[in-house]
Amino acid sequence: MEKRIFERPRYLKEAEFHYCPGCGHSIIHRLVAEVIDELGIGERTIGVPPAGCAVLAYNYLDVDMGEAAHGRAAAVATGIKRVLPDRIVFTYQGDGDIAAIGTAETIHAANRGENVTVVFVNNGVYGMTGGQMAPTTLLGQNSTTTPGGRDVIRDGTPLDLSQMLVTASGSAYIERTAVNTPKNVRRTKKALTKAFKTQMQGLGFAMVEIISQCPTNWKMGPSEACRWIDETMTSVYPLGVIKDRVGDL
Amino acid sequence: MSDKQLMRGSHVIGEAAVRAGCRFYAGYPITPQNELTEYMASAMARTDGGTFIQAESELAAINMVIGASMAGARAMTSSSSPGVSLKQEGMSYLAAQELPAVVVNTMRGGPGLGNIAPSQGDYFQATRGGGHGDYRSIVLAPASGQELADLTRTAFDYADQYRTPVMILGDGMMGQMMEPVEFPEPLDPSRLPDKGWRLDGAKDRPSRVIKSLLLDPAVEEELNWKLVRKYEAIKRTLAGAERFMTEDALVVVVAYGTAARIAKGAIKALREQGVRVGLFRPITLYPYPDQFLRDMSRTVRDFLVFEMSTGQMVEDVRLSLEGRGQVHFYGRPGGIVPTPDEVAKVLHALYQREKLGELSQKKEMGHASAS
Repeated sequence: MEKRIFERPRYLKEAEFHYCPGCGHSIIHRLVAEVIDELGIGERTIGVPPAGCAVLAYNYLDVDMGEAAHGRAAAVATGIKRVLPDRIVFTYQGDGDIAAIGTAETIHAANRGENVTVVFVNNGVYGMTGGQMAPTTLLGQNSTTTPGGRDVIRDGTPLDLSQMLVTASGSAYIERTAVNTPKNVRRTKKALTKAFKTQMQGLGFAMVEIISQCPTNWKMGPSEACRWIDETMTSVYPLGVIKDRVGDL
Repeated sequence: MSDKQLMRGSHVIGEAAVRAGCRFYAGYPITPQNELTEYMASAMARTDGGTFIQAESELAAINMVIGASMAGARAMTSSSSPGVSLKQEGMSYLAAQELPAVVVNTMRGGPGLGNIAPSQGDYFQATRGGGHGDYRSIVLAPASGQELADLTRTAFDYADQYRTPVMILGDGMMGQMMEPVEFPEPLDPSRLPDKGWRLDGAKDRPSRVIKSLLLDPAVEEELNWKLVRKYEAIKRTLAGAERFMTEDALVVVVAYGTAARIAKGAIKALREQGVRVGLFRPITLYPYPDQFLRDMSRTVRDFLVFEMSTGQMVEDVRLSLEGRGQVHFYGRPGGIVPTPDEVAKVLHALYQREKLGELSQKKEMGHASAS
């Protein structure tokens, strides 16, 4: 007798992803959809997608979604959540969207303790526009705007937004995870669940920063990209809980 | 109707907004409109369901308004010229996503940091879109305390009706002056028609998306023409203007807002001397009341456009008249507020030149018919 042990989550539409082979977005989208389903919040969830590779997230996630201009998701989410406080509002943003052009809006949403959930996908590069430097590009890492590699004099060092948000009094739960190994995928799902639960219980601003592989712009194969995260990226962006004021939920 | 109250212009806008069902305001301090932001802070605090946020920037504020509007609230933000520049990205997104919102610009001297004195230098920004892309906002130009009250209410109604941003274009003088104002009864936002497009969670219905990314040019083109059809409907129904002493006028001043008030003073004074001048005052700057102006050119040949700028609305006057009549311009930019006397001098001089011209034309015709 057949038993279904794995299927498309309820909150993922029947649409073929446009993401590159080996891209972390595919995994992260699925995890977000699973968490929304398991928490039973799909009918009252509103998402705000980014400008970036995931700009088409609304083609995949089957919840109400309101597009924001590049970087503005935290402000748009603030507007939605203040008007509809009993709905679950999340943003889904890349590293440029949240930590370059959207830095001010993100810091201030956290500082005000806006009760929203932020999914921060960190792949250390600007994917959609063809591989330019991101705030999280590593020193020495190649990109189309850092010929010879990111240089500390010209470009500054990689920015750690999650650390910056620790001092914002309104941020309640921040964790950095990855999706490059099965263990990390499971950890990411736990973190996302906690981040949504933080909002459901009205405990403040919650964010999960997910290190995500970008084989295309890192110019690596998918397996190599997964290894590179463990070998190199996590020494600058270590995985783990960064702030936790909420405890076990 | 409630009793008349003496109230500062900035406060009038705030009170009118609350009575119009506004329940979300985000703003950032900037002179000369801080009284409005401060009024909304206390008004939203004492209103059920009201939200006030002092945002981290004017840019954040307009994006919060976008979110609030997506959720179905009547939402407003306000600023003055340099801050309104920061909102232009948001205006483009509001128009493209067909979201209602009210944006108040209390204009000050510019460009750049400028000064805090009243000016009308943002006419182009307000009426030509201001942000990127092919779109327009409805622009209303109050010229009195009562109009601030009435047009604020109208702004929210138009925004919802047409699903488009509406700008209330005032200036530092409008914001500060105190006049008696009568407000309509407050309306209950929960009794407004339900917005069937809003984002409130996909319960018992398919999920919705509000976006403006249309990668297929064919689809993007369709949206652009859809917006054009909307603007054409707006043009057909909403254009408004006031005519003051224009029936027998030889020269008509065209001015809006504070400039129109100043011009009225000049016109009244000149009329007492038997000088036949009048005022055409657009109340909607988009849609521009071009047909009314064209109609007037059947009997009026000379128009003096008077603006507190180096000349922006004057282009719309020329466009409206399509070559009929003669368009003259007088302006003072940078925050200078001319007196009615100054405007009267300019107006009178023009009137006399045109009257002389008229007389010498008649003389020539007289000679011609005599010979």
